[in-house]
Amino acid sequence: MSGSAVLLQFLNGLSGASALFLVAAGLSLIFGVTRIVNFAHGSLYMLGMYLAVWLSARIGFWASVPLAAALVAAGGAAVEMLLLRRIYKAPELFQLLATFAVVLLVKDLALWAWGPEDTLGPRAPGFAGAVEIAGRAFPQYDLLLIGLGPLVFLLLYLLLTKTRWGILVRAATQDREMVGALGVNQKLLFTAVFMLGAGLAGLGGALVIPREPASLEIDLAVVSDAFVVVVVGGLGSIPGAFLAALLIGEIKAFCIGLGYSKITLAVEFIVMAVVLVLRPWGLLGRPQAAMRGPAALEAPLDPPSGRAVAALLALFAGLAAIPAFTTGYTLVLLTDVLVFALFAASLHFMMGPGGMASFGHAAYFGLGAYGAGVLLLRLAAPMELALALAPLFALAGALVFGWFCVRLSGVYLAMLTLAFAQIAWSIAFQWDAVTGGSNGLIGVWPAAWLASKTAFYYAALLVCAAALALLWRLVFSPFGYALRASRDSALRAEAIGIPVRAVQWAAFCVAGLFAGLAGALFAFSKGSISPETLSVPRSVEGLVMVLLGGVQTLTGPVWGAALFTWLEDSVSRGFEYWRAAIGGVILLLVLAFPRGVAGFVRERIAR
Amino acid sequence: MSVLSVRGLSKAYGGVQAVHNVSFRVEGGEVVAMIGPNGAGKSTCFNMLNGQLAPDAGEIKLGEASLVGLAPHRIWRLGVGRTFQITATFGSMSVRENVQMALLSHHRRLASILSSAPRCCVDEADALLERVGMRSQAGRPCAVLAYGDLKRVELALALAHRPRLLLMDEPTAGMAPGERGELMQLAAVLARDDRLAVLFTEHDMDVVFGYASRVIVLHMGEIIASGTPDEVRADPRVREVYLGDA
Repeated sequence: MSGSAVLLQFLNGLSGASALFLVAAGLSLIFGVTRIVNFAHGSLYMLGMYLAVWLSARIGFWASVPLAAALVAAGGAAVEMLLLRRIYKAPELFQLLATFAVVLLVKDLALWAWGPEDTLGPRAPGFAGAVEIAGRAFPQYDLLLIGLGPLVFLLLYLLLTKTRWGILVRAATQDREMVGALGVNQKLLFTAVFMLGAGLAGLGGALVIPREPASLEIDLAVVSDAFVVVVVGGLGSIPGAFLAALLIGEIKAFCIGLGYSKITLAVEFIVMAVVLVLRPWGLLGRPQAAMRGPAALEAPLDPPSGRAVAALLALFAGLAAIPAFTTGYTLVLLTDVLVFALFAASLHFMMGPGGMASFGHAAYFGLGAYGAGVLLLRLAAPMELALALAPLFALAGALVFGWFCVRLSGVYLAMLTLAFAQIAWSIAFQWDAVTGGSNGLIGVWPAAWLASKTAFYYAALLVCAAALALLWRLVFSPFGYALRASRDSALRAEAIGIPVRAVQWAAFCVAGLFAGLAGALFAFSKGSISPETLSVPRSVEGLVMVLLGGVQTLTGPVWGAALFTWLEDSVSRGFEYWRAAIGGVILLLVLAFPRGVAGFVRERIAR
Repeated sequence: MSVLSVRGLSKAYGGVQAVHNVSFRVEGGEVVAMIGPNGAGKSTCFNMLNGQLAPDAGEIKLGEASLVGLAPHRIWRLGVGRTFQITATFGSMSVRENVQMALLSHHRRLASILSSAPRCCVDEADALLERVGMRSQAGRPCAVLAYGDLKRVELALALAHRPRLLLMDEPTAGMAPGERGELMQLAAVLARDDRLAVLFTEHDMDVVFGYASRVIVLHMGEIIASGTPDEVRADPRVREVYLGDA
């Protein structure tokens, strides 16, 4: 690379960093004040893009940018007032879930309004040409973006440090209760901050339309990039977001410029890993302030009673009898339910007793699925062996990713798991030779003796029932107790000789292993694997299942999986906007059953 | 050989010297109180002793073994039990399960994955609870206990590994006066019968002068006096710190 090429790539990185900064700054601001990780932030960005493309055809590019940003800000305010305001007191995970429902709704809104095709925006009038820099052409518009990033940073900085409102925002970021106690109108503050954050995301989206086409896939890609930026920079720190956006923007530009676009994510991952090991709270972040009030009271967890065990055995017998009555589609659906019950239960193991919420659990599900496919197709292993060994792929992934994740807790951990899942997804998506790239793998069929629907159903029933029994047994083993102790009070656990991190790491790996088993079963039941198997929506589905059933209950995830799988199956058949429908259902559940269905039923019975 | 020997222990937060060049020893069978006004450095000192904080300088030895740089769970293995100023127990477990948890750790069975934890060490747990007077509440969830009872559960947890050194950070804060005596009496018996070294911080001077065999006074991160309760009571510097003048 010559000197001038390096300079040009550097400038490219700077212009990419600007939009990234706008999104990440908004995310960071919103989290700082409301303590909500806004999953829908990428959707707001996407909305900004679509709106700007649509508006610029009518009122011109320059007028469309501020108008799109303002519209997105207004949309953000509406979301805050109609939805988030009702759930500030709900558990963190329910808040995340609610914002994910918004992701689904916005995606289908965009699909309905602008169709599934990517749409390119116009060039920016007045900045359509190129300038010569060090003997090479460089787009004028990119220069403009380079200037805009720091300008917005400066304006935000002035707003936060020089105005009374900004001081309130910073005070609320440090100590929300105290600001409330001083008589500040929190409602107004929260809405305003959410509006500002949404507006920034919309602005970021609107500004990139001359460079990138608006597409329906951009929302999750942007939000996971923003998560990386925010985690690296430090949650709640605007200068941190700026610094990290520059860092990530440059890494991307140089990887692409050097012709290694495929390793971009790997390099991002390494940078993030190094930062997190050296500074767990990000470059300029600070440890989260402890919340006041009584420590979160975790519900006691009792081993299943004799009657509960009998009921589960009866259920097992009932499921075993089903093929006598039906052999059609019901068996396929029930196989799905079994597989997802195991997937959800494995997630529950780390979320419930472990207290570690994962937003990327599908990574291990997918690693198991791809492991099975690769063993069968590329290494010509027999199906039985492939099924047995595939979970080890997931275990290997969990060993590596988990090592980093257990160093963090709460939302930091959740974001990191999501970033890892996104990395696993893009590896599966890009590594054509092994994973079949975007087409995935086909012909992952079970051995001949398991080829019939009934035979495979029985195999799935046996494997899943055994795995579930083992998982639940684990919860009440000394290891499971040590895990729960580490969640209840890490301080006390360490002080009685429990190596908290090691225990959590082991639990992460157990959860990964069982998710991998579910994934391998899934691959053989479908006969094919696509990158969707380990995409972020799949991870969120797992979360929805667990939360539907209730985190505090042992068997909840199984009921949640059954309900969700059935629901998705009946909604998605023949309905174009099934995502929005599922989003609506999630919202309804979050607002109506903050403790999950099983928790709700149990409460009713207790009354 | 002293059970605990501390030499030249120092810790600064930014520019503030929280603990400066602190040296002392605690022998087996002794009950030593560490006192001082708020901000004197007592908690910082304690947190360095059990590995929660890394000291900037100094030496901490349990018998022959150096504790500096070890994680809290390793320090517990070597024989240091601890209770916290703000009690820390496992809220989702019953009182008995809390103690069972500590006993599982004591018996090195944390990696066991197929045995049933609720059936482990039940008698041993009940015996420990009997000792701290919590046997009758063994089945209750920790989350609903009165504060004084939580302190006793913590003591049972700290004793599960048969420590050589017991660290108690404000063991009687939040307790009724009658309960305070009972708990400290128990600590004194343990020190006498098991040759346990006990180090505790305390604001209640009745407890300090009633149960400590020796008192160390910290002020602004440094030891300004140490000796028998009577010696410390008569020390002019201590009077100055506590009463404002001599």
